[in-house]
Amino acid sequence: MPSMTTRKASWRAPSVLPGFGLTFGFTLAWLSLIVLIPLSMLFIKSAGMGWQSFVDVGFSDRALTAYRLSFGTALAAAFVNAVFGLLVAWVLVRYAFPGKRVISALVDLPFALPTAVAGIALTALYAPSGWVGQYLDPLGIKVAFTPIGITVALIFIGLPFVVRSVEPVLADLGKDVEEAAATLGANRAQTFARVIFPAILPALFTGFALAFARGVGEYGSVIFISGNMPGRTEIAPLLIVTQLEQYNYDGATAIAMVMMLVSFAVLFTLNAVQSIRRRRLGA
Amino acid sequence: MKRHNPGTESRTAQVLLIGLALAFLAFFLMLPLIAVFSEALKQGLGLFLSAVSNPDALSAIRLTLIIAAISVPLNMVFGVAASWAITKFSFPGKNLLLTLIDLPFSVSPVVSGLIFVLLFGAQGLLGPWLSAQGVKIIFAVPGIILATVFITFPFVARELIPLMMEQGKDDEEAALSLGANGWQTFWHVTLPNIRWGLLYGVLLCNARAMGEFGAVSVVSGHIRGETNTMPLHVEILYNEYDFVGAFAVASLLAALALVTLVLKTVLEWRFDLHSGARH
Amino acid sequence: MIRVENITKRFGNYPALHGIDLEIQPGEFIALLGPSGSGKTTLLRIIAGLEFQDEGHVHFNGDDVSDIPVGKRNVGFVFQQYALFRHMTVADNIAFGLTVRKASRRPAKAEIKARAQELLRVVQLEGLGDRYPGQLSGGQRQRVALARALAIEPSLLLLDEPFGALDAKVRKDLRRWLRDLHKQMGLTSIFVTHDQEEALELADRVVVMDHGRIDQIGTPEQVYMEPATAFVSHFVGETNRLPDGRHIRPHDFEIAAHGRDRVLVDNVFRKGGSWRVEGRLEEDGTIIEIDVDAHEAPPAIGDTVTIAARRERTFSNPGD
Repeated sequence: MPSMTTRKASWRAPSVLPGFGLTFGFTLAWLSLIVLIPLSMLFIKSAGMGWQSFVDVGFSDRALTAYRLSFGTALAAAFVNAVFGLLVAWVLVRYAFPGKRVISALVDLPFALPTAVAGIALTALYAPSGWVGQYLDPLGIKVAFTPIGITVALIFIGLPFVVRSVEPVLADLGKDVEEAAATLGANRAQTFARVIFPAILPALFTGFALAFARGVGEYGSVIFISGNMPGRTEIAPLLIVTQLEQYNYDGATAIAMVMMLVSFAVLFTLNAVQSIRRRRLGA
Repeated sequence: MKRHNPGTESRTAQVLLIGLALAFLAFFLMLPLIAVFSEALKQGLGLFLSAVSNPDALSAIRLTLIIAAISVPLNMVFGVAASWAITKFSFPGKNLLLTLIDLPFSVSPVVSGLIFVLLFGAQGLLGPWLSAQGVKIIFAVPGIILATVFITFPFVARELIPLMMEQGKDDEEAALSLGANGWQTFWHVTLPNIRWGLLYGVLLCNARAMGEFGAVSVVSGHIRGETNTMPLHVEILYNEYDFVGAFAVASLLAALALVTLVLKTVLEWRFDLHSGARH
Repeated sequence: MIRVENITKRFGNYPALHGIDLEIQPGEFIALLGPSGSGKTTLLRIIAGLEFQDEGHVHFNGDDVSDIPVGKRNVGFVFQQYALFRHMTVADNIAFGLTVRKASRRPAKAEIKARAQELLRVVQLEGLGDRYPGQLSGGQRQRVALARALAIEPSLLLLDEPFGALDAKVRKDLRRWLRDLHKQMGLTSIFVTHDQEEALELADRVVVMDHGRIDQIGTPEQVYMEPATAFVSHFVGETNRLPDGRHIRPHDFEIAAHGRDRVLVDNVFRKGGSWRVEGRLEEDGTIIEIDVDAHEAPPAIGDTVTIAARRERTFSNPGD
């Protein structure tokens, strides 16, 4: 950039505040050391494997089955969370009832509770002899050690993503907009379908995608309830661990790479959709 | 019900929706929490106490505290520095930097562990050289710390950046115009403005650091008394069918989670920190 | 004809309206004028059906609509912050009221579209139908909100602080335009405002409210020239309140030797077409504002002048 003034040419906008060099330098250095260099190992290792062997291990039958299970259960759990997360957010924002603050805090439990603890607790509940399982077992419904159990664990893990994404948007949505719909003759169902739902849909979609992405990678809460049977209840993250335990680093890397690319694709799509929308609404 | 408010549902519909939401939360969130404590105390308080005072359990607790005591301050310093650079200055590539800081959120915990194995493990890029120097990272405490720092990397920065963005830089410019130097400005103006947000971020960072399972599991090697953190110890006891022991240690972690939630709620309530989607 | 009869409303322990009676003739343009907390917006919302009175009745053309929900009262309501649907285009916003009708009463798609275009023309926003509200200026949004309310062909148009969120220049233009539109379309309209200038300029009749009661209903001329209460006197237009309880407008003073009050002049400046003289009563230091015709020479700062009132009012209740 050619300097037009006597001021020292700089790639950043001038500021009177000090400390840019120190903080920016430290940020970049720490980011590189902790995140970028280690993560780049995945690409270096993958590149070193050659395309054919990457496909062989990354898309083996066992790996494909694990992806199908991980993505399928994460998708199912994200759907359940989209519905109930919206309901919980709605109730928390719109209605007054005793104990609301406690309930609101409880929603964050899955963020705060270590995943392994959630995992063993859910297993204790849903095992055939467990609190809930003992009633389901005679009905022929098996939850623990089946994909249903995995989905239950992912519902637990993903719920707050939806609630916390939708809540602020719902709270921000002015009451006057709904009153406007009412003065124009819309009934409550029409107001919800045509005015409220479209307004919160992007936030709901964000929450859904975050819950889904988290569910795909989730490990701790799932491995106890899943039973880990290869080909049946073996999720992709577990397959990575299995490969590592067998010192098959190539296998672990290829599977990790595939999972990460899918996660990035989901988040990238999400960002793209949001930014298109923002531009359109001129916000 | 002729005259019910047009901006909301009838009282019946409200009660129905509230009931449905509470039932869902009770079943999916409350019940597992109750199960942890109930299973831990099932065989009486004596067994519970002996389970948590067992030497292996104590060493797991010690290790977990050490890990948190190292990784949380590191991320706190990083979070403050990154927020300062990002919110007080304008430079190209800021959005890319924000995305990179968020990156660990979108990586599976297992993958987070794997990358450190690939870098420092026996067959890893630096493994042979490190073992020649007699330095052990994987299957040792440094590896656990690295994985934990990676996992909790964005927590503090994510909390501070929106807060400092909103506060702008008028206060700092005023302090400088009054003759304060950079450090004085930071200590006396910036830090008091962001302290509650900082505390909030540290709280969440700490909860995750103490509770992380997947990433730590991959790099730890599960050596009892040496590289076992509390969540890993829970897994070992559980797989050995020592359910009371597993739930006893788990209940300590659950209690930590509850304390975290209470403090978080108090902070949000008292200091009006808005809560968005958090990880 | 709209008739409001003995309306009372409480919010918890807070009495918002007591025993309000009001009649509005077809084609009238009515201003509800008062400070915040006077109950004017509550009254407007009760007439619309957005809020429900504890006691009393609202009649539209002789029918008691007290139990009719807002969507069936056929009122157009323009919200203070416009309340546009942000995810819908301007045209979809305007058409909303028609598209939510029952199939039997809903016009054909093409007709709805044509109506929206027609209304866009009326509010002078032709060609902006495909924009989103976020892409419009404040004044344009206001007009979209108005078009949306007009689309359902309301028997009554209600506007809550319609110019409150706009800057001064846009405000003035929109006012004149709304006044013309009201006449052209033969509407019956009620608007809420805290700005007395706005009320006096626009309304056929002004309803001055304070603390949940109506202090006065009258033409702008009556309200200004013959305020019924001390509150109206000082809320509508500027008024000097003298220690002895007399209310005198600045332009009703003259500087004259026969005056009985002596004022020490603190400041003199030009205000529009006259001089504004600010001073203090010698008697007790009460601040006094006096308008002096621009063609006359104003007193100098520091002078003491004698003033007389050409017109003054006293009220039994001295007001606040």
